[in-house]
Amino acid sequence: MKFRSVFDIIGPVMIGPSSSHTAGAARIGRMARQLFGKQPKWAKIHLYESFAKTYRGHGTDVAIIGGLLDYDTFDERIKEAFHHAEEAGMTVEFFEEDASVEHPNTARIIVGDDESEFELVGISIGGGKAEITEINGFELRLSGSSPAILVMHNDRFGAIASVTKVLAHHKINIGHMEVTRKDIGKEALMVIETDERIPEVVMDELRDCDHILQVVTIHD
Amino acid sequence: MFRNVSELVHIAETENIPISEVMIRQEMEETGKTREEVISQMDNNLEVMEKAVEDGLKGVESHSGLTGGDAVLIQKYMSEKKTLSGNLLLDVVSKAVATNEVNAAMGMICATPTAGSAGCVPGVLFGLKEKLNPTREQMINFLFTAGAFGQVVANNAFISGAAGGCQAEVGSAAGMASAAAVEMAGGTPQQSAEAMAITLKNMLGLVCDPVAGLVEVPCVKRNAMGSSQAIISADLALAGVTSRIPCDEVIGAMYRIGRQMPSALRETAEGGLAATPTGRALAAKIFGAN
Repeated sequence: MKFRSVFDIIGPVMIGPSSSHTAGAARIGRMARQLFGKQPKWAKIHLYESFAKTYRGHGTDVAIIGGLLDYDTFDERIKEAFHHAEEAGMTVEFFEEDASVEHPNTARIIVGDDESEFELVGISIGGGKAEITEINGFELRLSGSSPAILVMHNDRFGAIASVTKVLAHHKINIGHMEVTRKDIGKEALMVIETDERIPEVVMDELRDCDHILQVVTIHD
Repeated sequence: MFRNVSELVHIAETENIPISEVMIRQEMEETGKTREEVISQMDNNLEVMEKAVEDGLKGVESHSGLTGGDAVLIQKYMSEKKTLSGNLLLDVVSKAVATNEVNAAMGMICATPTAGSAGCVPGVLFGLKEKLNPTREQMINFLFTAGAFGQVVANNAFISGAAGGCQAEVGSAAGMASAAAVEMAGGTPQQSAEAMAITLKNMLGLVCDPVAGLVEVPCVKRNAMGSSQAIISADLALAGVTSRIPCDEVIGAMYRIGRQMPSALRETAEGGLAATPTGRALAAKIFGAN
C-alpha cells in the first residue's frame, strides 16, 4: 500500500495550487538537491505528459526550482523561486518532452556543478507524494515516506555486508532494501529504507566502508 | 492496517471506537509516533485550514484573474438576502470556495486529499461548526475520520485528477467530508460509510478538465458542489438511508471509470471545459497564443 500515513491524505501543508504539480514537484526537486548533496550550479529539467502540458499554470517550474533550493512544500519563497535561483547562482533550463512515459507527472532532473553531475527521474503520484524511479540510470522505487540511504558502490563481495554491519551496530532497522548493478563488477546501487533517521556519524562510517563510492540520505 | 471500508467499519464496530480513533491508533503504529505527536501534527493542519478560510473570506484573487472573490460574494448574499438553500449550506459552500480561492492564488493550504480538492473537507468542517459546536478535539477527529476514508480510496483507486479524473479528486474529498460529518453529528461508523458511498456515487464519471490547465475553473466551483453534496449525503445517512451498492464497490467502480477515462479528460487541459471556445480563448489570453 502506497499511502500508509493519514498525513499523506490530510496534508501536506503547501503553497498552492496543485498537490501533484506543485507540492509533489517541489518534493522531487528537493530529493534531487539532497541526493546531489550541495547547491547545484545548473539544472536541466525535462517535463513529461501532464507536467509538460500544464506546468506553467501550476507553478511546477517554480516548485521544482524551490525544491532544488532545498525549500519545503510550504515555503513561501517558492513563488519567487526564479529570483532566488539567480541569487544562489543556479541557472535553470526547462524542456517540454513529447515522449510518453509510464506516469503522467514525470520529471527528469539533471543537476551539476564544476565537479560533478547527477540525474534523477521522479514521479508525483498524487496528494503531494513523490517517488524517485531512476537515479543516474539505475531504476528504483523509493517511497519517500521513511528515511532512506542510497549507496553507490562497486559491485564486490562484502560491500553490502559492510554497510549493513554499520547499521546493525547503530541499532538502525532496515525496512526495505534493494540492490542493483549496471554489470558484474561494475557500478552498483544500494537503496535502504530505514525506520530511524540516520545520524551524520553513521553516514561517515558508511563512507569509510570498502568499495563505497558515495552515500547520501533522504529524510521524510 | 485496514485495506478497505468494510474492514475499517469492522474494526470500529468490534472495538467499539469511532473511525477517527481507528485512524489515530493506526497512525501511531505505522509511524512509531506518540498519540500527542500525531494529534499535534493534525492540530497544525487544522490551523492552516482555519487560516486559509479566513484569508479567502477576506477576498483574494489568483494571478490569472480567473478566480477569487466568490466566497465574499456568497457571504454578502447570506447576510443581506433571504437565501434559497439556507445559511448552513451556503456557509459550508463559501468556506470551501474560500479555501480553493486561496489555493489558486498560491496561498498556503492543507491538501485534503489534494490541493485542487482542498475546499471540501474544511468547508464542511467549519460550516458545521456553529451548528454542532464541536470541541477542538472533535474537530481534529473530523480530520482523522476524513483521512481514514481518503486512505482507503488512495490505496484502492486514486485521488488525483491526472490519474482518475475529478471524481477521484473532488469525489474523494466530498466523500471523506461526508463520512466525517456523520461521525461529528453522532452517527455510526456504518453510517459514515453509507454517506461516503452516496456522495461518491454522485461524483462518478466527473472529468478533470481545467481551463488553461489551472486549478481554478471549474475546480473552485466543483468544491462548492462537492461540499454541499457532502452535507446532503451525511443527512441522508443519518436519516437511515443506505447505499444499495456498498462503499467499497463504489470505490471500485470509480477506479474502473477512471481507467477508462481518456487522457484528454484527466488534467491535460485538452478536453471538456478546457476545450470549449471560451476555455481556449482564456488559455490563449493567459499564456499568449501558441
